[in-house]
Amino acid sequence: MPENSIYIARSSAIAARALAGEMMVMNSADSTFFTLNEVATAIFQAADGCTPLRDIVRDRICEQFEVDPEQAQADAEQFVTELSAHGILRVSDRPLPAETSQQASR
Amino acid sequence: MSLMTDIGQKAFNLGVPLAVHMDVTFRCNERCIHCYLDHDDHGEMTTAEIKDVLDQLADAGVFFLTLSGGEVFLRRDFFEIVEHARRLMFNVKIKTNAVMIHEEEARRIRDLSVDTIQISVYSHRPEVHDAITKLPHSFERTVKAIRFLREQGVRVTIANVLMTGNSSDHAGVQKLAAELDAHYTLDPTITPMMDGDTSILSLRIPGEELTEIFHNPALVGNQEEFCAPPKPVSEEDLEGYSCSAGHSFCYISPYGDVFPCVQFPLPTGNIRQQKFLDIWNYSPQFKEVRSIQAKDLTVCSSCSHVSSCSRCPGLAYMEGSMRGPSSADCEKSFYRTGIPTANMLRQGLSKPRSTSGSVPLIQIRPIAVPA
Repeated sequence: MPENSIYIARSSAIAARALAGEMMVMNSADSTFFTLNEVATAIFQAADGCTPLRDIVRDRICEQFEVDPEQAQADAEQFVTELSAHGILRVSDRPLPAETSQQASR
Repeated sequence: MSLMTDIGQKAFNLGVPLAVHMDVTFRCNERCIHCYLDHDDHGEMTTAEIKDVLDQLADAGVFFLTLSGGEVFLRRDFFEIVEHARRLMFNVKIKTNAVMIHEEEARRIRDLSVDTIQISVYSHRPEVHDAITKLPHSFERTVKAIRFLREQGVRVTIANVLMTGNSSDHAGVQKLAAELDAHYTLDPTITPMMDGDTSILSLRIPGEELTEIFHNPALVGNQEEFCAPPKPVSEEDLEGYSCSAGHSFCYISPYGDVFPCVQFPLPTGNIRQQKFLDIWNYSPQFKEVRSIQAKDLTVCSSCSHVSSCSRCPGLAYMEGSMRGPSSADCEKSFYRTGIPTANMLRQGLSKPRSTSGSVPLIQIRPIAVPA
């Protein structure tokens, strides 16, 4: 999948909450539990289904964390692949409709 | 240390309320003989009030939300409450007797990605279960509901509270749970009523039966480890705290009262009058609960069981002092290990004494089973 066409959205089956800068995420389907670091949390929180991953990395990661854009994009794609394999994120090459009116996790 | 333990410790250290148990009603369609609640409605929070509380809890950092009662499905707005909770991305667990759950409700629960449904089952024998709930055919309805939920892939935990009338039925309930593909938990704790009435403590199972339960590998896992004598008490043990109540956990009643735990009836504030975080952060009662370390406990600080005891500060509070011993837990420690507790020794006892005030703890009262 070309990187410029990746859209990501949070699954409606998950629970999530921020604790001291890290995001706790649990998938209710299998009770797998994750914590995301600050960078991953920023991507997760921006996963609204309509902002391309490329834009999220540019606006939320490179700017905020001062990292190399190419490396950041590669890391973000790997992160998205891992979380989608666990059912935490939905990934598509076109904008994703919201599954519920889920609020961005606090 | 597991990731979950690590997170729990972090929340504890930061004073973040990671988990909240919220009763949405005290009304119930069953009349369980051991229940500690007053089932009359004294002014439950409205739908809007509960949604506002949930918004506040999400802002405060609450992740694990248990919705319970009473019977939660007696609230016509219950699904609206769960929907709101899931929109706020809580991990939601529901405690229910399940008699109002049919195929449609099971589907809705699945669609809302509720983590677990905990359902009380007292016996594998319908007549014993129904005699405890005092609701005819409740066993049949509850088991049917569990099947509906499992068909939808919803995780179910069967909670088996043991008391005098069903103490020999745990193996049958465990087998039933396996047949239904449900998780099984056992709880031999009967607590006083919320108004302090201790009469229901007469339903607690006799100590000798506790010994049998605690030495049963099918119920406790590694029995040798579970029943091992306590390790020598260290300085670190004495710096420790009893449990998460008031540290990273609290309870909210249907009337908006906030307590450290569901079995710790120390009022700390009311959410109809104050913001949740104001109560959590500034209530003198929460501050006092948080200040108590094992070394501050009047009797337990000198007890050999202090590092391994399940001492409940709420039960201790109901016995007279949140810094004092909880006799029910002394009893468990004794029957688990065979070693008397400091609380027993100071009373010159080689075996625990009744913890129910004027009512003897060890009192066999068979349940009347309808013919």
